[in-house]
Amino acid sequence: MSVDSNVLNPQEAPAVQRAAGSQNGPLLSINDLHVWYELRKFGFGHAGYVKAVDGVAFDLEYGESVAVVGESGCGKSTLMKTILGLVPVTSGEVIFEGARLSGKNPRELKWYRSQVGYVQQDPYGALPPFMSVRHILSEPMVINGIKDRDKQRERIQRAMEEVKMTPVEDFLAKFPHMLSGGQQQRVVIARAMILDPRLIVADEPVSMLDASVRVEILRLLRGLQASHNLAVIYITHDLSTVRYFSERIFVMYAGNLVEKSPVDELLRDPRHPYTLALLEATPDPDPENLLTFKKVPPGEPPSLIKPPPGCRFHPRCPHMIKDLCDAEVPPDFVISPRHSVACWLFK
Amino acid sequence: MPNDTLLRVEDLFLHFRTAKGSVQAVDGASFDLGFNEAIVVLGESGCGKTSLAKAILRLLPRNVGTYQGKVYLEDVETMALRDEEFREQIRWTKMSLVPQAAMNSLNPVLRVGDQVAEPMIVHYGVDKKEALSQAERMFAQVGVPVDFMHRYAFELSGGMRQRVALAMALVTMPALVVLDEPTSALDVLTQANIFNTLKRIKHDLQISFILITHDIATSSELADRVVVMYAGQIVEVGSSNQVFISPLHPYSKKLLASVPRLRANQDPDFIIGQPPSLLDPPTGCRFAERCPSRFDKCDQEPPTVQSGRSQVKCWLYG
Repeated sequence: MSVDSNVLNPQEAPAVQRAAGSQNGPLLSINDLHVWYELRKFGFGHAGYVKAVDGVAFDLEYGESVAVVGESGCGKSTLMKTILGLVPVTSGEVIFEGARLSGKNPRELKWYRSQVGYVQQDPYGALPPFMSVRHILSEPMVINGIKDRDKQRERIQRAMEEVKMTPVEDFLAKFPHMLSGGQQQRVVIARAMILDPRLIVADEPVSMLDASVRVEILRLLRGLQASHNLAVIYITHDLSTVRYFSERIFVMYAGNLVEKSPVDELLRDPRHPYTLALLEATPDPDPENLLTFKKVPPGEPPSLIKPPPGCRFHPRCPHMIKDLCDAEVPPDFVISPRHSVACWLFK
Repeated sequence: MPNDTLLRVEDLFLHFRTAKGSVQAVDGASFDLGFNEAIVVLGESGCGKTSLAKAILRLLPRNVGTYQGKVYLEDVETMALRDEEFREQIRWTKMSLVPQAAMNSLNPVLRVGDQVAEPMIVHYGVDKKEALSQAERMFAQVGVPVDFMHRYAFELSGGMRQRVALAMALVTMPALVVLDEPTSALDVLTQANIFNTLKRIKHDLQISFILITHDIATSSELADRVVVMYAGQIVEVGSSNQVFISPLHPYSKKLLASVPRLRANQDPDFIIGQPPSLLDPPTGCRFAERCPSRFDKCDQEPPTVQSGRSQVKCWLYG
């Protein structure tokens, strides 16, 4: 790929930002991030906070793929929205290519958003039904000042070829409802790729698709990641797809990342009791499953308005240490250079 | 009909009339279900698995074109009954349904306890007190705390609501419960919990299940036997041992190979192409276009099957 096609219309990119974008540091760095939503009583009057993300920290390298795994309500969607710049940061920081996300002016934020592509969960809901594929794919370019028709056409052609929607001409005039679920998701991916982003945030990109198509879409994303040196944050609740897609995995529970590890190591040597429970509950197609009951921790994830003190998993944990787990928040204990776990058992 | 068969479906057809023509949603389905047996209907979206359930329960929309075949429940031919007879004698007393997204189909203005008790009052004419005590037994059975009976649906979590929907299907003690995607919107741990409950109920109440799902991995938690559907037709029926370990039909093989596995180092693969339109399906085998083992005969005429406990609709096997 030529260099100039890789850079989004250089005149549009503020000079300071580009200079900061050296390849030395991580692409994205999240430090002690807290995102709280305020609750109001009868529309006014403070009634506490929903602590959706509470003390999350990680670095994401250029071209790296990480999976964030957790159950609904664990804060993974809020984390994703914060990274996309859709939800304001309460405290802590999100640093992209060396520049802080909070405090960016609208022009800088627009540039930032062109660098971060978003692949939604429900492709049909993510595509406007009244726009043709050509219109859908040209919209981000119109918004970001690529007005030259030939250039638009060339980029659309390339993006469609990359998501393997060929022959391209057959699809451009179609509307979303004329496409299958897998094809719709390809268009969503093409749209996320059209401005040549550095980072893709994929929110459950295959959970609405059929089994036979899922692997195809995951492979496609994997291929794009390699050929464009793209970083990908893959948000999912399905552990079984992670090993085929990501290098690292973060397990999220009640607003915290409880375990961070390379995927292979996590599957071989899981440490956090919550990670163990998730692995145990994820089935493979196996007739032996019929004969056994799954071990499931009792109870349900806690309310994020008043989370339990200490470790948030302690009320459900089979290894709870009294006066420690229910009193003090566990820090990240290092298991191996890239594997850490927030659990007092590994003090 | 053999004595150990609870439900027998013979050559069931369900076609819908649409502006574009007739959609062949279910096309010649035949299978048996034993007492206290769980059968899983596996298939991808649009393969007709939900239509099959609706055809068995006679919950049909208005645009039905063709609806024919035979469905026996024990020794009653249910399709020969009038609508009113079917409603009185079969639906909910003999077989019931947990519909898709059941957790969102609860009535928001009724207490969940009253909702679970309602089928008892409607179908058995018992008084409210007795119905509520039966509902209470069912709450215990599905693992919902009894004091939740006074709550409204919005006060319960998704997993609890799904359990309430299950209690509603079980309260009249039917012999057969049809579960349509019972856990597709739930989290992994909740899903494992619900399947634990279903296994226990199957053992305790000695009932049969038809589980309709596209989630192949979780379906193995409950399946005694498996029905694989493709493009409106049943392509394979076999024991869970057979279908999950050594499936026979090329589509079943491909489908199983597309499932990512946590415990085996085996790269999943996808199936190239798309299922045919049910408006105008191919005359030969409907999977032929995507099949790696296709030969001339596949395009000419549809494969024939021997109906029975196990069947394969493929020319490779005769």
